[in-house]
Amino acid sequence: MADIAEIEGLIRTALPGSEVSVEDMAGGDHLYAHVRAPQFTGLPLIEQHRLVNGAVDHLLGPGRPIHALKIKTEATQ
Amino acid sequence: MIITEDEIRQEVLNSIAQNRVMLFMKGTPEMPRCGFSMQTVACLKDTGAEFAAMDILPDPRIRQLLSEHSGWPSIPQLFVDGQLVGGSDIVLEMFENGELAELLGVEQPELEPEEPATDAQAQSAPMGLENRLQG
Repeated sequence: MADIAEIEGLIRTALPGSEVSVEDMAGGDHLYAHVRAPQFTGLPLIEQHRLVNGAVDHLLGPGRPIHALKIKTEATQ
Repeated sequence: MIITEDEIRQEVLNSIAQNRVMLFMKGTPEMPRCGFSMQTVACLKDTGAEFAAMDILPDPRIRQLLSEHSGWPSIPQLFVDGQLVGGSDIVLEMFENGELAELLGVEQPELEPEEPATDAQAQSAPMGLENRLQG
């Protein structure tokens, strides 16, 4: 079971100025993160997702609190 | 026959180098073993582009060595021209906005693989599928 508020906080810390919303899609370990951040501007999607994944890397994977993290990114000014 | 880690690594790297569009997935394009892999295959098939695929399930070292190479933790992983494009979320997003067809050099298909839904609904379908396959 993942701590949604903690995960939102980790992403916000990694991406200062971002707007982050994380929701539980199934079972408490399949999460959806919607992240709007200025750091995404000009980056390919893969790099945008790497920035989000990197913030919660230690919580992600088999046997860890987050089994799957679906990500939607938007670049802001 | 014993296959060494080096041989697997070489096979993974060769497949990326030798196939312009290379998908690493759970199962095969004909029989995906995970909803996320199934969704990605559906996007690729809808573009009509040719692609090669490797099933990562037969040996756990395939996934481990692939992720070491790509720095990407999850499966599926789509490579085009040797570069990691992304996993299922990115492929679906690029399919829907036409970037996938553009990258693959094909016409954007008119039909989408599934009705655009809310994010929660879009996700529940592949997961339900995964659960059924495992059940």
